Amino acid sequence: MQIFICYYPNGLSLNTLILGGSVLESYAYVFLFSIISIVFVTIVTIVPRILSPKAIGEKKLTTYECGEEPIGDAWIQFNVRYYLVALLFVAFDVEVFFLIPWAMVYKNLQGIIFWLEVFLFLVILVLALAYAWAKGVFEW
Amino acid sequence: MELTSLLNTFLGKVIISVAGVMVVFTFNALIAVWLERKISGHIQLRLGPMEVGPHGLLQSAADGLKLICKEIITPQGVDKKLFGVAPYMVFFPSLLMFIVIPFSDRLQVQDLNIGLLYFFSISCIATIGIFMAGWASNNKYSLMGAVRSIAQSIAYEIPIILSILNIVVLTQSLKLSEIVKAQSNMWFIIPQFVPFIIYLISAIAELNRTPFDIPEAESELVAGFHTEYSGMRFAIFFMAEYTNMFLVSAMATTLFLGGWNGPLLPPIVWFFIKTYAIVFIIIWVRWTFPRLRPDQLMNFCWKFLTPLALINLLVTTFILKLF
Repeated sequence: MQIFICYYPNGLSLNTLILGGSVLESYAYVFLFSIISIVFVTIVTIVPRILSPKAIGEKKLTTYECGEEPIGDAWIQFNVRYYLVALLFVAFDVEVFFLIPWAMVYKNLQGIIFWLEVFLFLVILVLALAYAWAKGVFEW
Repeated sequence: MELTSLLNTFLGKVIISVAGVMVVFTFNALIAVWLERKISGHIQLRLGPMEVGPHGLLQSAADGLKLICKEIITPQGVDKKLFGVAPYMVFFPSLLMFIVIPFSDRLQVQDLNIGLLYFFSISCIATIGIFMAGWASNNKYSLMGAVRSIAQSIAYEIPIILSILNIVVLTQSLKLSEIVKAQSNMWFIIPQFVPFIIYLISAIAELNRTPFDIPEAESELVAGFHTEYSGMRFAIFFMAEYTNMFLVSAMATTLFLGGWNGPLLPPIVWFFIKTYAIVFIIIWVRWTFPRLRPDQLMNFCWKFLTPLALINLLVTTFILKLF
């Protein structure tokens, strides 16, 4: 990391260098890093194809189930409770996204009414949680 | 100064940020695995790896070399497309999350206005990759691991975001550099101790690590969603996991431990000291506590952590209004 720090001489206005730039430039990095990760994964999965020895035999291609022959495939139904938990998650996730703008400006808002409003909002959501609880969503 | 003019071009910034992130990524992947094995060894009164390099320091590099010489097997019966895409989906969020991490006051790839939101929304994408891997493997263990992982990741997302909302209320910003600057006098761990604990517990759950490791539970699900992966493809899941461990620790440092703020030492040194302290705690927890049952895990989140985080948010905001 020492080398990395040395790249930045003191005379350079680093705040404008790193913090500046347009929105487009900021998100160009998101695009760029996606490309780099794709290239990285592709390279590290192609190199072993050249380097590695190839085992022969059919058995290496079988599904691993602790030595037993697999019966049927695994694309089967799973417990419905996972759906119920997912539904509850959706409710709470949307709630959290409504809270973020409120949290951003909360300090500037005058009066207890802005707290009470969110309190009521949260109480309604907690009622949903309590309903799911009473209906036995959390009993596995 | 040719260097300065190079730095000021877009290309120069790109080269330096990419090189820096890859250095941190590689360094962490090697060190974190070594740390985990060394700490687990000492907790269990063993020495851990000792053979390769001084105190086994090069063990992870040797393991990487071994894995790159292993054959990549695609078992028959898998959904080949999804099976191949899953490692990409798991890996690319962990690299993207590096963009907003403020390593010091000067070193940050991009200080996005919505850095905090960006970090946590990108981190969710890995869950899709895990489910792809589990579903495509056509293995019962993998499917079980994948559905458990989804249930767990989405459940613990709620307490995490509710706990960081306290920080947003206090700083009025989603910009990570401003959050760090707001802590120059007092770290947020002092007024916001409960959210810190909630964050840490939920982060360990998001990482699928013991005591919340039911998605990969070696002794019951073999390895969960990556049972069928071999060689370098498996290594990618492994690297992503350790990178995510570093990233959630870095985020805990940024939000609660004052980021790069600290006396005497350079900011970046402080940042890494604090981050690896959190990494140490996460490893320590793994080797101390036994695994929870799936129902205990879900109940702990929905019946305890989420209500606690909500109450904490309401109390924090109420106290703010009193003064």
